[in-house]
Amino acid sequence: MAGSARVAAATLITALLATACSQGSATRTTEPAEGGKVTLRYFTFSAAPDHVKDLDTIVAAFEKENPTVDVQVETAPYDQYFTKLQTSLAGQTAPDTFELNYENFVTYAGAGSLLDLGTAGGDTDTSGYATESLNAFKHDGKQYALPASFSTVVLLYNKDLFEKAGVPLPTADWTWADEQAAAEKLTDKGAKVYGDFQPVTFFEFYKALKQAGGEFMSGGKSTFDSPQGVKAAKWLVDKVGKTMPTEAEIGGTADFDTNLFKSGKLAMWHNGIWQFAGLKDVPFQWDVVVEPGDSQKASAVFHNSVAASATTKHPREAYAWAKFLSSSNVAATTRIASSWELPPVSDQAVLQGYLKDPVPANRQAVFDSLDNIALPPVIARQQEMQDAVTQELTEAAAGRKSVEEALTEAASKVDALLG
Amino acid sequence: MTLTEAPPKVPARQPVRPPKKRLRHALTVAVFLLPSAVPLLLFTLIPMAGSLWTSLHEWDLITPMKWVGLDNYAGLLAGEETRAAFGHTLYFIAGYLPLVYAGGLGLAMLLNRAMKGRDIFRAIYFLPVVTSWVVVALLWKWLLNPASGIVNWAIGLVGLEGPGWWTDPDWAMPSIILASAWKDLGFVMIILLAGLQAIPKEYLEAARVDGANAWQRFRRVTLPLLSPSTFFVVVISLINGFQVFDQVHVMTGGGPAGATQVVVEQVYNLTFKYGRAGEASALSWLLFAVVLVVTLIQVRGQRRWVNYG
Repeated sequence: MAGSARVAAATLITALLATACSQGSATRTTEPAEGGKVTLRYFTFSAAPDHVKDLDTIVAAFEKENPTVDVQVETAPYDQYFTKLQTSLAGQTAPDTFELNYENFVTYAGAGSLLDLGTAGGDTDTSGYATESLNAFKHDGKQYALPASFSTVVLLYNKDLFEKAGVPLPTADWTWADEQAAAEKLTDKGAKVYGDFQPVTFFEFYKALKQAGGEFMSGGKSTFDSPQGVKAAKWLVDKVGKTMPTEAEIGGTADFDTNLFKSGKLAMWHNGIWQFAGLKDVPFQWDVVVEPGDSQKASAVFHNSVAASATTKHPREAYAWAKFLSSSNVAATTRIASSWELPPVSDQAVLQGYLKDPVPANRQAVFDSLDNIALPPVIARQQEMQDAVTQELTEAAAGRKSVEEALTEAASKVDALLG
Repeated sequence: MTLTEAPPKVPARQPVRPPKKRLRHALTVAVFLLPSAVPLLLFTLIPMAGSLWTSLHEWDLITPMKWVGLDNYAGLLAGEETRAAFGHTLYFIAGYLPLVYAGGLGLAMLLNRAMKGRDIFRAIYFLPVVTSWVVVALLWKWLLNPASGIVNWAIGLVGLEGPGWWTDPDWAMPSIILASAWKDLGFVMIILLAGLQAIPKEYLEAARVDGANAWQRFRRVTLPLLSPSTFFVVVISLINGFQVFDQVHVMTGGGPAGATQVVVEQVYNLTFKYGRAGEASALSWLLFAVVLVVTLIQVRGQRRWVNYG
């Protein structure tokens, strides 16, 4: 009896250990594929949860064209993605191919972790790509990643709330002052309806700074500690608790803003076009405009790319997949049909397909927002810079520091990171 | 004082073994030690050596390590981040230690008397100790949710407005202290309960006969005789306090605005968010040195106040 119990316990422990080891897909090694097939791993943050099926469509089309390659998709949420990627690179279990955003590209390219895709496939045809997208992923003259998608940030608004409150709808000519006046009228704290939502973060700040006519850095030194910087920071910080919920009201709830907008209790929402697919079935009318500016217009543009690990055993296949995912017709049309960001293709006819979808009506604003873009400042110690700026702005929003003090402090931290 | 005589000391018998038998004996010992020695070597000593080696390098996890000697240590000692991280850790300890000790002692005193369902209460208070930190941290995050948590709801019932708890930089650390003290209360209670039960009833009886009131009996008899248990609790709690991480990582991730950025959270961020594994390793060793010194001071200082009866 005792013996069999021990055996059972040992089996259980072994099973538990085995499960524990098989978790954390990003750090798994590739199993040898059967029948001479090559297994190619692809790690992504932008597919889950709304676009896993769309990615499957692209994978299926690729595998049909390349019957010897089996693409294995692994996903992680954005906030865990880079920790996992970095750890798997350190542990030499990196996926063959993976998604990289523009902000983090420099860190990985500079570290020598990426395969030069310009030479990996023995094919140098890049005519399918929009040139500026392609150039965004060059480092030291080498094409270390292929642009796969881009997206912009716009102002989404709930038409019904505007009409109910008798406030004129936002237009492309709006400035901060117009937005603020409308937000104040639309906020109804008793009904828990908020006029505006724009997080107090690095990403909103660098863009607001450009809208106010300021510059983040110049000549290797931070320059956001300026009157324009103060104006931009106040624009963000002063909304908290007035036209926007406070941190305490948000209570750390995941996707609080998404749910607030979906439940019809948020009038204006600064967010990306990647939200479109999730808003298909909301029971109210909504539309978008280019974000209001202050002294000028500036819209955030995010670029994602596909890169291959420098240590992949299948460079040719990795290149083929990266190229297919970024520029094939199937990939481009799948992205457009499902509103999964935009493909960085040069063919304008393909892009025009994006305008066919009737909701939101003003899809043209997405293309208009590209006329004045604000690219995030990128440095080698990117994550630390982003965290430092967000942390100081949070302190100002919590009322522990004045906006001026917070910016001075943030500027000195960023200067230290610039070394 | 003791009535029973100590048993006469018998010199330990030293069996004289022939060399062959001695070898066998050594082998037997080695075999029995192996199951604990191998994991210790693999999962503690070798990683520690690795971390010491890493601490002398610059390493972003992606590119090869670069030797920098003691630069990481010098940089940390001069850095404001390090001072802030140790400051936050000390703040945590200053709140956590008195709370968990006073609470644990109170519970132990309560559950040391004959009462109905005593064992059940002891088991209940011990439950959080064996619960995963992630579960407890999520639970407290939920209870203390400023918008929808039950704590602020209850505060609202009496007409007051609850604080922002872990979303407010001023209240985030108290929230973590509260959750930590709650979880570890049962552990402290069990240790002190064992200590209380080892105090002979005759002492308290004698004090009572001599006219000592309840407070005097507690202050002059119970507390001094409990000092070995207290010493153990303080040493363990201080070490745990310096290493505080899980609850911080789950509840606040070091925020808001860096208000709960404790040392181990800083080690985690440096390694996995910022790719500064060399400095992170050096910071771990600084923490190790601090814990070692603090523990040594306690061990030396105990002669002054710990009473082994």
